[in-house]
Amino acid sequence: MFIAVLVGFTFFLTSVQSMIAIIDYGMGNLRSVQKGFEQVGHSATITSDPAVIAKAERVVLPGVGAFGDAMRELNDRGLVEPIKSFINRGKPFLGICLGLQLLFEVGHEDGHHTGLGVLAGEVRRFELPHDFKVPHMGWNQLMMRRPAPILAGLPDGVHMYFVHSYYVVPRDPDVIATETDYGGPFVSAIWRGNVFATQFHPEKSQADGLRILKNFAEHTA
Amino acid sequence: MLAKRVIPCLDVDRGRVVKGTNFVNLRDAGDPVQVAARYEAEGADELVFLDITASHEGRNIMLDVVRRVSETVFMPFTVGGGIRNLDDVTRLIQAGAEKVSINSAAVRTPELITETARKFGSCATVVNIDPKRIVKDGRELWEVHISGGRIGTGLEAVAWAKEVERLGAGEIVLTCMDADGTKNGYDLEITAAVSSAVSIPVVASGGAGKPEHLADAILIGKADAALAASIFHFGEFTIHETKELMRSRGVPVRMK
Repeated sequence: MFIAVLVGFTFFLTSVQSMIAIIDYGMGNLRSVQKGFEQVGHSATITSDPAVIAKAERVVLPGVGAFGDAMRELNDRGLVEPIKSFINRGKPFLGICLGLQLLFEVGHEDGHHTGLGVLAGEVRRFELPHDFKVPHMGWNQLMMRRPAPILAGLPDGVHMYFVHSYYVVPRDPDVIATETDYGGPFVSAIWRGNVFATQFHPEKSQADGLRILKNFAEHTA
Repeated sequence: MLAKRVIPCLDVDRGRVVKGTNFVNLRDAGDPVQVAARYEAEGADELVFLDITASHEGRNIMLDVVRRVSETVFMPFTVGGGIRNLDDVTRLIQAGAEKVSINSAAVRTPELITETARKFGSCATVVNIDPKRIVKDGRELWEVHISGGRIGTGLEAVAWAKEVERLGAGEIVLTCMDADGTKNGYDLEITAAVSSAVSIPVVASGGAGKPEHLADAILIGKADAALAASIFHFGEFTIHETKELMRSRGVPVRMK
């Protein structure tokens, strides 16, 4: 009994100390991501301070809006190198929506823009027959390709909330965690070592989405 | 496969959900946060909040509602009603709305559509279009109305839909005024014409009286989502049974 309490207390301390930093770079509302973590028992800090990012145990890069604007904001705030070095240290990183796209080398939204280049590949606009409306907006299903730890406990075919007009094309197919069908399959989640990223919004995907935030917050390499 | 969305719409007046019968007898339907949580539990795919309060003080109450909803439910929601400029848009997005829907101001100041899309992305930019069937020079015209349907604009609905897409809108909520409030079903003809004319999603609105109508909006009206208010508010139909019916007619829906 005493040991159980002790183990529980140690676990509690660990979760308190494993600080999650949500990067604020002026691209959209980050509060829902923060509240999502709180809902599953983890506090998270919204920050644009490179020093806080350097000290964080986990980092989340959310974001909505345009690729070029986002890279400019990250550059202006001196956040590009802190993000890359955080990832290089092997600590858990989660990109959401635009935060997934920014991981790649090139974005083609209103011209060509250089991304963070953490992953090889590019970001393209959906070019689909008229029946397929763009933005791809609403609940669509994940086809599991690799058992990424953040997807633990979720069934093949689970619905997540998407809202985007661009999608990523990784050069290395081994980084693909899930695909989703919209006029053909596109990459809806990425997993490479400590790097996780989703094209959908876990923080807007009700209980199944919150499960992903919880898995990420509790993932140990 | 992308699911077709079922979207309950909540009219909010001074911080309370209300449902008007032809805009006169406003019946109190509860606290917006509680209603939102109930719809989330029932399997709603999104929510739309329409602020029908006219006063300035009402707007601040609405911002508080948006904040509280975004901290309680983990699903996307759109806020509309009385948005006049980019400041109004910015306050609502910062309070936690995913999308804003612009109605009268889109007609009066179309550049607001473009400014909103540039600042928050097309995905966050919704335009409401409210057409009414009128006869002009012996021909029927689907004329876009603003200010709660009181003012005709001379704009034709399909042409205006294409224009708002060009200006940067990422979604259209189409409320056909002749059907609105009748509970006899959506105006499938106008909905299909608008949805076929644009490449952005169209949400059918106005006229839902039973689950069959939502299925018709998708299958015949070619809409990407169906919005309904009164049939859900007073427990006539649950979202779950609505989706069951839609699924039985071959509409792809997300079941909880």
